[in-house]
Amino acid sequence: MSIFVDQQTRLAVQGITGRDGSFHTRQMLGYGTKVVAGVTPGKGGQVFDGVVPVFDTMADAVAETRANTSIIYVPAAVAASAIFEAADAGVALIVCITEGIPVLDMTRVLPYLHERGARLIGPNCPGLISPPRSKVGIIPGNICRPGRIGVVSRSGTLTYEIVHQLSGAGYGQSTCVGIGGDPLIGTSFIHCLSAFQADPDTDAVVMIGEIGGTDEQQAADFVQQAMSKPVIGFIAGQTAPPGRRMGHAGAIIAGSSGTAAEKMAAFARAGIAVMKRPAEVVALLKARL
Amino acid sequence: MNLHEYQARDILRRHGIPVPPGEVATSADQARAIAARLSGGGAVVVKAQVHAGGRGKAGGVKLARDAAEAAAHAAKILGMTIKGLVVQRVLVAPAAEIAAESYVGMVVDRASQRPTLMVSAAGGVDIEEVAAQTPEQIHRLAVDPRYGVLPHQALGLARKLYQDMTRARAAAEIMQRLYGAFYAVGASLAEINPLATTRDGALAALDAKIVIDDNELDRHPELAALRDTSAEAPSEVAAREAGLTFIKLDGSVGCCVNGAGLAMATMDLVKYYGGEPANFLDIGGSSDPQKVVSALRIITADPSVRAILFNIFGGITRGDDVANGIVQATGQLPLKVPLVIRLTGTNEELAIEILTKAGFSALTDMDEAVKQAVAKARAA
Repeated sequence: MSIFVDQQTRLAVQGITGRDGSFHTRQMLGYGTKVVAGVTPGKGGQVFDGVVPVFDTMADAVAETRANTSIIYVPAAVAASAIFEAADAGVALIVCITEGIPVLDMTRVLPYLHERGARLIGPNCPGLISPPRSKVGIIPGNICRPGRIGVVSRSGTLTYEIVHQLSGAGYGQSTCVGIGGDPLIGTSFIHCLSAFQADPDTDAVVMIGEIGGTDEQQAADFVQQAMSKPVIGFIAGQTAPPGRRMGHAGAIIAGSSGTAAEKMAAFARAGIAVMKRPAEVVALLKARL
Repeated sequence: MNLHEYQARDILRRHGIPVPPGEVATSADQARAIAARLSGGGAVVVKAQVHAGGRGKAGGVKLARDAAEAAAHAAKILGMTIKGLVVQRVLVAPAAEIAAESYVGMVVDRASQRPTLMVSAAGGVDIEEVAAQTPEQIHRLAVDPRYGVLPHQALGLARKLYQDMTRARAAAEIMQRLYGAFYAVGASLAEINPLATTRDGALAALDAKIVIDDNELDRHPELAALRDTSAEAPSEVAAREAGLTFIKLDGSVGCCVNGAGLAMATMDLVKYYGGEPANFLDIGGSSDPQKVVSALRIITADPSVRAILFNIFGGITRGDDVANGIVQATGQLPLKVPLVIRLTGTNEELAIEILTKAGFSALTDMDEAVKQAVAKARAA
């Protein structure tokens, strides 16, 4: 029916009383997400908007509400520590929206999560949504439609653009996942592709990559070896100059490696239908389904 | 954020890595005085301090026999342009007699997600070329950040560079210290190239490069203060101060987009339809009309911009906020070039009403907007 989040998701919001946390908690509640707890140290005992109990710690939140997923909206300086806390509280899925976490913090966070079997999505990501009722993050619910296309992307608004095209043409989504634009992230393209391949309610996958690193190339190998479902791909940054970070910390061509051209070639070799521009997604999908 | 060689050398020296003396000069006279003081009458090198590789090939690194010649070289190098950057400072250091050169670097490897030590006996040249042509000459160690570089691991790597055990021990010590410096300053790259063996058999870090992770600068104000804004395009400095991500490019279509991925895709689409983007600009996810004002100011300051394209997909960013920003900004600085606006998503109707009232029109289709902007840039 979807990957990673669904009707069983019981969400705790870390940073629920902050500007972004409170705004997006209301959006998620409005969409139908089961937001069962909020966490802000020092504000335990309050009730957010009359419906979501607030706790001082993640451990309390999980003990009281059986939250199984957390989402993080705290500032970058304390975001790594929020991820550690969520992992120790025992939630299985942690989604980190926060942008600007130092890479060296992530080198310590990722092995910690791995040892505890917790999955992290992000950081620096828009989160994920399984239409029609579970949204964990900031992807606008109104552009999504329930359906059978999986979407996985390193970007935010570019994902919205492509989802908008899909929905407009009648292709709803099983789950849309934004994996994040940082160099070190918890969930890669391959994790998502593998979950979409196993999901009986996903028929095809749209994969949106960008310059920097080799995630897309590895994903292409995976598609070739392990996927029977059609995959449509896009790479942003064909005109990006080398050596410059294009907004996302991970979107950088290092020397001559990580270019859009090499990623698009890897996609094509693996049998992935490559979009030259976002508007081609619908036609390519139609041809493959 | 890139550090200059002299700044990187200071950091390594503070972490106990042997770095030969050397000081920075901004004039020929200063270069002469430094050369006279440090060289003991011997030769010195004068090195341009710019954020560009290939300084030597560009004529930015010169050997001088004495202080007078150092001053002459400095006079020539200061003010020189290397890869578009004007040289403002030179490093003056005694010339070392080098018997051998190796490479020692730290990066965060994205694939293994580990801090990784990279070493090679083929130092003194561009390590990327070594990696491309003779990858077997590069040795790597993925470090577990909980324990750091363990002594036997460092020594194992060092033995691949040096037969002599004393030298291998010294190199191992340098590798562990480089790892310490890497974490202490929050670097995304720290390299010593070359790590030179001098005639007397000692090891010395002759050249150093450190790149600081921009995300570390908030908790390292002392490093943020090392930023050399004279080495950056003024428009990029202004953009950073306004909280925008901006990169200047060579084309004629100015782009203002919300979100980095969409901003890249917009540039690509400009190119696809036969135009050239003038910039990358991400106004971010917030709803702040003032950001739009700053963005328009920065784009219009570029004389090669012939048309401006807004591409906004309202999610968190509200379309009406961007519309208000456009109206506000064009009120403050009337545009001399055509403006094409594409705006869809959150509060789209309200945004279009605001823009129409102010005499602008807005499109909802990205391809159509890009085509129009390219055509207008070409006609201008």
